[in-house]
Amino acid sequence: MSLKMPVPDEAVLARRNDIVAALRKIVPGEGTIDDAERLRAYESDGLTAYRQPPMVVVLPETTEQVSAVLAWCYANRVKAVPRGSGTSLSGGALPLADGVLLGLSKFKRVLHIDYDDCIAVVQPGVTNLAITHAVEGRGFYYAPDPSSQIACSIGGNVAENSGGVHCLKYGLTTNNVLGCEIVMMDGEILRLGGSQLDPAGLDLLGIVVGSEGLLGVVTEVTVRIRPKPEMARALLIGFSSVESAGKCVADVIAAGIIPAGMEMMDRLAIHAAEAFVHVGYPLDVEALLIVELDGVAAECDFLVGEVQRIAQANGAVSLRISADDAERNAIWAGRKAAFPAVGRLAPDYYCMDGTIPRRRLPEVLERMKMLSQHYGLGVANVFHAGDGNLHPLILYDANRPGELDRAEAFGSDILRFCVEVGGVLTGEHGVGVEKRDLMPVMFSEVDLQQQQRVKCAFDPELLLNPGKVFPKLHRCAELGRVHVHQGKVPFPDLPRF
Amino acid sequence: MSIKAKFRFQTCRGFDSMPALHPVRPADERDLIDAITQAAERGQSLQVLGGGSKAAIGAPTDARRLDMTGFCGVVDYDPPELVLTVRPGTPLSEVKAVVASANQMLAFDPFDHGAIFGVGGGAATIGGVVAAGVSGSQRLSCGAARDHLLGFRAVSGRGEAFIAGGKVVKNVTGYDLPKLAAGSWGRLFALTEITLKVLPRPQMAATYVIAGQTPEQAVKAMALAVGSRAEVAAAAYRPASRTDLSLTALRLQGFAPSVTARGAMLTAVLSGYGNVDVLAEGEADAFWQNLHTLGSLGGDRPLWRVNVPPSHGPQIVRSVQTAVADWMFDWAGGLVWLATDADHKFVRDAAASCGGHAILVRAPETVRKDVPAFQPLSAGVAALEARVRQAFDPKGVFATGRF
Repeated sequence: MSLKMPVPDEAVLARRNDIVAALRKIVPGEGTIDDAERLRAYESDGLTAYRQPPMVVVLPETTEQVSAVLAWCYANRVKAVPRGSGTSLSGGALPLADGVLLGLSKFKRVLHIDYDDCIAVVQPGVTNLAITHAVEGRGFYYAPDPSSQIACSIGGNVAENSGGVHCLKYGLTTNNVLGCEIVMMDGEILRLGGSQLDPAGLDLLGIVVGSEGLLGVVTEVTVRIRPKPEMARALLIGFSSVESAGKCVADVIAAGIIPAGMEMMDRLAIHAAEAFVHVGYPLDVEALLIVELDGVAAECDFLVGEVQRIAQANGAVSLRISADDAERNAIWAGRKAAFPAVGRLAPDYYCMDGTIPRRRLPEVLERMKMLSQHYGLGVANVFHAGDGNLHPLILYDANRPGELDRAEAFGSDILRFCVEVGGVLTGEHGVGVEKRDLMPVMFSEVDLQQQQRVKCAFDPELLLNPGKVFPKLHRCAELGRVHVHQGKVPFPDLPRF
Repeated sequence: MSIKAKFRFQTCRGFDSMPALHPVRPADERDLIDAITQAAERGQSLQVLGGGSKAAIGAPTDARRLDMTGFCGVVDYDPPELVLTVRPGTPLSEVKAVVASANQMLAFDPFDHGAIFGVGGGAATIGGVVAAGVSGSQRLSCGAARDHLLGFRAVSGRGEAFIAGGKVVKNVTGYDLPKLAAGSWGRLFALTEITLKVLPRPQMAATYVIAGQTPEQAVKAMALAVGSRAEVAAAAYRPASRTDLSLTALRLQGFAPSVTARGAMLTAVLSGYGNVDVLAEGEADAFWQNLHTLGSLGGDRPLWRVNVPPSHGPQIVRSVQTAVADWMFDWAGGLVWLATDADHKFVRDAAASCGGHAILVRAPETVRKDVPAFQPLSAGVAALEARVRQAFDPKGVFATGRF
């Protein structure tokens, strides 16, 4: 693996016993974990190719404990890595050998629900789906639905700005969060945003969401809840080419329709899914589109007709419309099982997450085909077609020497091409460690330094989750002082410390 | 497949009409970098302005004006991608016309503040409404400017051009700096290009009203409607006047069969709250337009934009009852437009006691000199905000004292 984490600080490792003892004073008993066996449970998140047991795990139960732990770490220059449920696909919660892993799993309470103001106030360890469970009795739900929603925590969703299949219509986490309580690296507790729609000053909440645990530790979240749509219907549409499927997607949107979900699968993904769940996907098509429409019955019925008409105009070769929720769920079952289904085709798979302008889809898929031959590795494609978010699944065998490296190189090439056609490195999984070293493909050094200065405004000692997002961590003092104008450093010959 | 070639932008101001020397009006990014670098070297400050429609918000300042109207025109617009890239000095009216020509809209419903200040309309630029975070009635259902700003290019107070965000609708690469840009009021950097998410324009809209409700009844009814499956796009309330009953208004929009069905649903949901009528199209347009021009809050009393959780709207207007006040609710009660002579401390305390805050939008210079436009933040958040500003603008080029 090419990716390197920061070299552990030997001086910190030498103080390990003292550090554990100090943390245990703040979070006593089972809340501080230091035995090797139990630390291993935390060695990786959803990006399992990277593993590193933390120096110590603390599982605080109150905001005051989080604050005290961070304040102690800050005072003693010890790094901290926050973790929710550990489902990140980009390594956002990958521990550091010389760092404290700060788990928020004990923050499990729904604190307050106000149906008049359409808000729920929850602790960060509450799972995404548990928010919906808490409010569904009154006909409400929490809209962002990352595929891991049964396990992933809302705190992690805030850190990663998680999406899901319905985010074209309902937005990402950032569009559904109104406020949070955050603990800064030095232990200070702040409230950003609130229960009202607009913030009072700069939208600081807006940068905390999606900051991948580098700016602060969220200890309370206020989310917007919505009335659950009356019903949903899905169409399963087969096409003889990816181009006509792509054209159908563009025409649906051009007709003024924003479906609740619009998913595409390519031939390999269709076959893998059908072989796995047997839901009657057509096997003689090159691309399969799932279009879900939700709302009142009159709207669903009307839009199903519209989408059907557009699909036929684009030469759909098969078309199935869900008659009831059972059939709709069957249509989705194949798509939702696509990752494990593709996983059966090879011992390992590597899931990518670039976004492209949709109009560039055919050439991006063509390039993937070429790369697939070049690297000698298969690739299946599932695709959030509505918003251009690709999930190529690269097939490999980690037990064959060099294959993981080849898979990673293949993935990097795909992401580089996404950027080249006007897209981005990650649509919803985050940069983490996984795409950290690709950041210069999308951003110049000036762009990245500007983002890092924001990091410095929150965490001047760079103690919170270092080694993620930024390929090179500049010391804040250095970023603050040296003014690089048009690439020319003043007095380039002078050494700087 | 860009359609920019179709648009000529007659409203972009030419450089032959460049005004006197005092304001600086860069023609391109190079000019802008020079202007900012020079200001930084001389310890001067610059106030970033588009059309100047909101120039009378905030404390009076004699900082040199940085006129951004030279950055004008659409860079790329491909309607099925739902993405529009535009230069910030482009007039808002022009941008609205461009997206309307493709049956799309700026869903955050931005509007021109010109009418509020009695200086007519047409001056507002797209960069100005984004930088000021201006969102209209539809913010309730579609989100704010911050939710639709996908990416930008800008020059920081360090004189460095940089980009952030992206030009696709779904992106989590790097910090979400566009969120900071929306509502930054020119305090961080000068935008040179912005990429916005656009959405299909609804096929039709219908406004359902109940007349004669008290503020408390109205907010209850709006909460019920917003929490129903009728998918309310906008919810507002105009109190009774000497000649008219109060009016609670709920806008539904979308495809015709859907709007009709949801209208019936809404009428049933609100049956216990009074007669639900449909407003004639002209009247409906006038009602919603009034929330942009605030014509019914005319006069020269200080005008506040009070943000609170929706259920607290009535508490705000009750607390200023002792003073002469005109007001309206938007966002189901979460936004109170309040024109009042009440003391600023009184308004701000009332907002704070509801967990919200109040922005002073319009007031005489003598008031704005002493009363800040924004509600003061807690010490910790204010310090963080100052550090974030420094991260973009260490020498305070954009610290004009206006905010």
